[in-house]
Amino acid sequence: MKVLYFSWLRDRTGVGEEQLSPPESVTTVRLLIEWLVEQGGGHQAAFADLEIIRVAVNQEYVNLDTPLSAGDEVAFFPPVTGG
Amino acid sequence: MIKVQQEDFDAGVETRKLTEGRTDIGGICSFAGLVRDMSGGESVSAMTLEHYPSMTEKMLTEIEAEAHSRWPLHDTLIIHRYGRLEPGDNIVLVVATSAHRDAAFDACRFLIDWLKTKAPFWKKEESQDGSKWVEARDSDTEAASKWDAVD
Repeated sequence: MKVLYFSWLRDRTGVGEEQLSPPESVTTVRLLIEWLVEQGGGHQAAFADLEIIRVAVNQEYVNLDTPLSAGDEVAFFPPVTGG
Repeated sequence: MIKVQQEDFDAGVETRKLTEGRTDIGGICSFAGLVRDMSGGESVSAMTLEHYPSMTEKMLTEIEAEAHSRWPLHDTLIIHRYGRLEPGDNIVLVVATSAHRDAAFDACRFLIDWLKTKAPFWKKEESQDGSKWVEARDSDTEAASKWDAVD
């Protein structure tokens, strides 16, 4: 699974992209976040407030209960500020 | 048409390309967004726009397709820049052409409103106090949500 971080989420995790193999019990976005926080590092600070985090799976917006598959590309980022 | 690029653009040249050789266009509406030198009362010296390339492409394609499904348009154009930009620089250009003005006006407004809340771009502003990520504005979400009710 490829996990991407943008904007201040990248600043806090310290990585822009990581290739991960979470355990099989990680079946949704919410469970992935919980697992990432357990891994330590800057992830705990990055995911401190889920209200202000947006998630995309395979480049489409999803919610925290969206199911995940091993080959998914999951991206975490704050609300967008383009235009 | 969608262009996501680092380099500058010329709104006049880009708009002319949409009308060249055509006589069926009755109206063109465009919106250009520029880097301002002030933000929340603070002086901004530059900003850096980051994006998520594969999703940007996908979202802008979806937004453009949605505009075409809602209004009778001839063409639409979205150009969005990324990288480091300074006050006065172009950021974004949205153009809609149609036989009549109403569709062009509405589609142009819709395109920029949806882009601002859906396209994965993030601005980081530089000022004399350092640099900071720009926070999303509720007013942008409200502007985008008014199009939810439109069939």
